[in-house]
Amino acid sequence: MSQPPIPETGRPEPDVFSPIEPRRGFMTQLTAVVVGGLVGIFPAAVGLATFLNPLRKSAKQRQMPEGSDTEGYYRVTTLESLSAIPQAFKIIADRKDAWNTFPKDAIGAVFLSRSGSSEVRAFNVTCPHAGCAVDYKAAKGAYHCPCHNSSFAADGKRDPKSPSARDLDSLPVKIDVNGAVWVKYQDFKTGDKEKKPA
Amino acid sequence: MNSLLNWLDDRTGFKALMHEALYERVPGGARWRYVWGSTLVFTFSVQLVTGLFLWMSYSPSSQTAWESVYYLQHEMLFGWLLRGVHHFTAQAMIVLLVLHLWQVIIDGAYKAPREVNFWLGLILMQIVLGLSLTGYLLPWDQKGYWATKVATNIAGITPLVGEQVQALAVGGPNYGHYTLTRFFALHAGLLPALLVAFLALHIYVFRRHGITVPDPIHKPDTTFWPDQVLKDAVACLAVLATVLTLCLLHGAGPHGGAELGAPADPTENYSAARPEWYFLFLFQFLKYFPGESEIIGAMVIPGAIMGVLALMPLIGRWKLGHGFNVAFMFGIMIGIGFLTFLAVKEDRANADYNFAVADANQKAERVVELAKIQGIGPAGAVQLLRDDPKTRGAALFKVKCASCHRYDDHDGTGRKPTEAATAADLGNFGTRDWIRGVLTDPAGPKHFGPTKNSPEVGDRFTKGQMAEWVEENITSKKVTEEELDAVVEFLASLGERKDAGKLDADKVAKGKNFFGLGSDAVSGTCYDCHLMKVADDPDGAFSDASAQIATGAPDLTGYGSAQWLHEFIAKPGSKKFYGSHNAMQEFAGSLTDREIDLIVKWLLHDWPEPENATK
Repeated sequence: MSQPPIPETGRPEPDVFSPIEPRRGFMTQLTAVVVGGLVGIFPAAVGLATFLNPLRKSAKQRQMPEGSDTEGYYRVTTLESLSAIPQAFKIIADRKDAWNTFPKDAIGAVFLSRSGSSEVRAFNVTCPHAGCAVDYKAAKGAYHCPCHNSSFAADGKRDPKSPSARDLDSLPVKIDVNGAVWVKYQDFKTGDKEKKPA
Repeated sequence: MNSLLNWLDDRTGFKALMHEALYERVPGGARWRYVWGSTLVFTFSVQLVTGLFLWMSYSPSSQTAWESVYYLQHEMLFGWLLRGVHHFTAQAMIVLLVLHLWQVIIDGAYKAPREVNFWLGLILMQIVLGLSLTGYLLPWDQKGYWATKVATNIAGITPLVGEQVQALAVGGPNYGHYTLTRFFALHAGLLPALLVAFLALHIYVFRRHGITVPDPIHKPDTTFWPDQVLKDAVACLAVLATVLTLCLLHGAGPHGGAELGAPADPTENYSAARPEWYFLFLFQFLKYFPGESEIIGAMVIPGAIMGVLALMPLIGRWKLGHGFNVAFMFGIMIGIGFLTFLAVKEDRANADYNFAVADANQKAERVVELAKIQGIGPAGAVQLLRDDPKTRGAALFKVKCASCHRYDDHDGTGRKPTEAATAADLGNFGTRDWIRGVLTDPAGPKHFGPTKNSPEVGDRFTKGQMAEWVEENITSKKVTEEELDAVVEFLASLGERKDAGKLDADKVAKGKNFFGLGSDAVSGTCYDCHLMKVADDPDGAFSDASAQIATGAPDLTGYGSAQWLHEFIAKPGSKKFYGSHNAMQEFAGSLTDREIDLIVKWLLHDWPEPENATK
């Protein structure tokens, strides 16, 4: 861009070009590019900042649901209502969606089953492979994912032929003195061999 | 690199195109007077870019439009700046458009062979005005809602098709979801697409005829790149700087930039409704067309002016035509300027309008505060204000109570009524000061004093039994200061003022005892006239409940609590309160329970406040 290209229109080039000092021409071009670039980039940059908002740490944190106890456990059901056969339960909490707050709404779901007289097993319903929700097939005694056929035993162990790279995501459970079952509900990153918080 | 470019050029011919674009001849040299068109293209580009990003955060429905804009403005990184740039660039675009039009008319650039391009320009102007009109509604705040209602109602008076035009714009019988989806599609889809198409034609035809040069021998000829580009870029920088300055003048951060009013509420009148400043002249103009002649001001005259503008290329062919065109344009501009001046002047002098603006600002701030404290429920942010005792209670007090009562000398919303009050000033109702006032000066100006302004009531209260008892026992100091203090504390303990502070349990117990038993010095106890049920009565002060002798002495059980106040407002004339002595209207029929609750909570200062404000 340091010198004007040769015209291809057949129109004679105006002779004004010859007397222009190359140095001044270059400065003009440079300034024009800088100033033009600046005014062009600014509005896009402001827009881009809002677009990138979801990457902010505070924006991620603010979306965390409220309604758990101080340790992050949600009250789900009572020990009495559980059996050895896994049942799906909704986690109820104040759900936030951008500007909206939905009080006492479902924020996720877990499978709960008794594994002993007072021991409870909890799994996040989300398949660790790609995030579909798994079903429990009582006839097979196993969890099955309807999307890519991942299969997990009742204790959450993955079937070796499953596309899922890890077992079902188990969740910590505690039972209080009144027999209420509390689950530390959490989502994990899918598609990973390691269980990492989402 | 070069061979790659050559390959690309061979397949696309981009070099010729670039050359065509950049090396347009500028006869007489680059000049500042040629920048206006470029600044308009620039502002439009800014609108396209910022608009696209706004789009990513915007949700057009009557329960989410304001909410999504609020979220962008207050929660998202630089969202306020994005809105601010879009808002003020829109205004800059209108100004630049007028300047561009001026210049074209003054220079006679509309004359042959550029007539068609002049008309294309006029079409572009209409599209830009359409963009501004549709964009004003999208935040779905009170201002945009009411202004758009007026604009579409005006469209509704169009002969023959008015009703249909209005129905199509509104999208249904009421302003709501469909109004927003339609306006949004127009604003972000159809109108920008039309603008791009007509702008392309405009620039194409402009390039065909070249710049209108007033004096080609001004300087040696040059080309668009780089000399004129530099001037254009600097002009665009100036425009951008102006936009940023305007934006920052309204404050930096989420409370600055472009204004966001309170969410649209069709049930809340908005007396501060005004169009954007560049439409104010039309708004003012309509004031001069009474009754059915509105159409003359709204359509016939503006249409005729647009008609003359469109005919300018033809008028310009006459000998005196150009002079007429320039004079006409200046005449119109002076008229617009004058009407705008009148509109602003009238508003400034209008106390009602100024109050409405202040009220609107207060609500706009309050709803943001509430959204931060409570979050926005599924019903949308408008519900936050409807359920807010602080603003809604005050507004209800103004409408329902302030014809008789006062609140700290005003009507609840800050305005001082001109007529005299005929009932108590409830500004400090339920506080210790209030109770002490009733007990020391019941006929004073803050309590029952104003009732004598009502001819029907006369001195029923100011010289009633309570006033007599106070005269006999308190004014004469038979009740000791300590006893008075105690009974004030006791009565204050029954209320639920959030700002009451800590209660003195010792005083409360003493006051309770005095209320029931009085003392040897005083004639009669409070309990002789006022019923009082207490849960805990260790001294047996309230054992004898037979003595409720006085008609019109209210039951003071739970005095000043939300429940007591609610019952009182609903039926002040019931036996529990003033009975046949009552002079107050009963509100059980004219206010819903919810509305009474809002007034009660407001009187008791029971409303959500941000945590840091209460500390």
